[in-house]
Amino acid sequence: MGGGKGECMVPSRVFSSRSSVFGPSRDSGREAVGRGSGPGPARPVSGTGFRRRLQVVVFTLFRGAAVVNGLVLLVILGFLAWNGWRSVSWTFLTQAPTNSMTAGGIFPCIAGTFLLSFGAMVVAFPWGVASAVYLHEYARPGMPVRMIRLGVTNLAGVPSVVFGLFGLALFVTWMGLGVSVLAGVLTLGALVLPVIIGTAEEALKAVPATYREASLALGATKWQTIYRVVLPAAFPGMLTGAILAVSRAAGETAAIMFTAAVFFTPHLPSSLLDPVMALPYHIYVLATAGTNIEATRPLQYGTALTLILMVFGMNLVAIYYRARLQRRF
Amino acid sequence: MMTHRQIKETFIRWFFFATAFVSILVLFLILVFLFMEGVPIFSKVSVWKFLFGTNWYPTASPPDFGIFPLLVASVAVTTFSALISIPLGVMTAIYLAEIASARMREIAKPVVELLAALPSVVIGFFGMVVMAPFLQDYLEIPTGLNLFNASLMLAFMSVPTICSISEDAIYSVPRELKEASLALGATHWETIYRVIFPASLSGISTGVILGMSRAVGETMVVLMVAGGAALVPTSIFKPVRPMPASIAAEMAEAPFRSDHYYALFATGIVLFLFTVLFNLLADMVAQKHKQVGAATL
Repeated sequence: MGGGKGECMVPSRVFSSRSSVFGPSRDSGREAVGRGSGPGPARPVSGTGFRRRLQVVVFTLFRGAAVVNGLVLLVILGFLAWNGWRSVSWTFLTQAPTNSMTAGGIFPCIAGTFLLSFGAMVVAFPWGVASAVYLHEYARPGMPVRMIRLGVTNLAGVPSVVFGLFGLALFVTWMGLGVSVLAGVLTLGALVLPVIIGTAEEALKAVPATYREASLALGATKWQTIYRVVLPAAFPGMLTGAILAVSRAAGETAAIMFTAAVFFTPHLPSSLLDPVMALPYHIYVLATAGTNIEATRPLQYGTALTLILMVFGMNLVAIYYRARLQRRF
Repeated sequence: MMTHRQIKETFIRWFFFATAFVSILVLFLILVFLFMEGVPIFSKVSVWKFLFGTNWYPTASPPDFGIFPLLVASVAVTTFSALISIPLGVMTAIYLAEIASARMREIAKPVVELLAALPSVVIGFFGMVVMAPFLQDYLEIPTGLNLFNASLMLAFMSVPTICSISEDAIYSVPRELKEASLALGATHWETIYRVIFPASLSGISTGVILGMSRAVGETMVVLMVAGGAALVPTSIFKPVRPMPASIAAEMAEAPFRSDHYYALFATGIVLFLFTVLFNLLADMVAQKHKQVGAATL
């Protein structure tokens, strides 16, 4: 696969992988060519006025496209924040739903979402990292590796509802786990596995080859090099990938609908074989099938706002952390 | 004779190979279990009738299991969302990679990433409580939960995918090509349009295919926003019921291992094959037109 194209397909769902997004290395070279073509007067171009005006018009259009994305994000966020902030209070976050889910808080959902997403990480993180180590450190180009990469790419593209069906058939039914935390964790683990593999591989790629060479030259074996030198150096990068994967698992709905989440359960799960409530599923249920959809609107906004704050919080941490990491090597 | 060290190294190597192989195993298991739970329906309905039957009444007696309306709905929703997301995604990518100043990029990149991080249920919720009433009032149509609304919401789910993969492709265009074009007197826009865009077309296509694959499989948005009518749509403002929505909505009600249950798993097979096809296509495009260096162009 070698080139950048193949690798960037795997983590397409997270966008975390492009290691040099903020990196000075990529910009410095490009600046020389594109300098001055940003906002402000266009770079002096040879040619007629028409060509220059065309460029100004087209670039404005492109800038507009980028602005549209920002606006959409702002509108969604603003709308949720505007309608939701009144609902989110300490009691809302720490109490269970009451009155057949038309009042009260969302604590069981928060707990369930935490349990599911971190549980998924416990399953998927070691596995994904080990896969990435194989793909980046051991594998030589050839059929098996090509198959594995294709497998990872395709796994990343499997719709979440199909993961839900898979979890229902394998974990819930065949393995007899029932609708439970464990079944949900395993399903979500499979779902985020490609994300982890993709980001972990990027992290390994960012470790300079000189590190490995130095270790090997000192007489260390390949495994000793990986274990003592490469993995510690790549670990922070892998961690940002893990954070993104947690945030993705936390927002996932369709995969846990049949495997882990229930409308309502009066108590918190006491074992891994109990079903849970989860934030995303709670939003869906309240908004479409609740006992009184209009009356619970404030609850819906509040739940959505809580979920989005959790997910965005994790993402912003990962983005910030990654930007800092890139100045390291 | 292998030393202890060598044996250990070989063992570790195989251990890592085995863990990496699990991804394929999971994919294989998904296929096996989908087929195991889905194929029994074909003893009741022929494959042809299942795919092209136009009546989806799984709970009527006798039930009808024709997923054609769901299939059409999925294709329609994906196509219309692509009409919005492809131009928007590619244009944003070109802006980020070529036009934006370094500082603008530091703001715009996280925006696209956060857009990607929005949980689908939140986008679905937004489409339901904001977009739907708005469309209903503004366009004076019977329901705001329809094909158009779902396509619009889905578009913003595939934009980040399209954008980030395209941006990578545009960035990996060798700098010499760009410099050569500029040196010949082309404007920056002419360079983008005539040199950079063609050179990165394969990467952009990969992004577009993967973005569309995401739209086909997206569940919560179509479940909450598409309206849910299992009919072949006659206009863009009619409610529809794409495949993922049908599976997610009905699985809870379908009795365990009933025909309905089998039919939903069979729908899952169709959906799965759809996305695998998209992914293989994307991989093929990426492999075939891989950019190696300036010399290959």
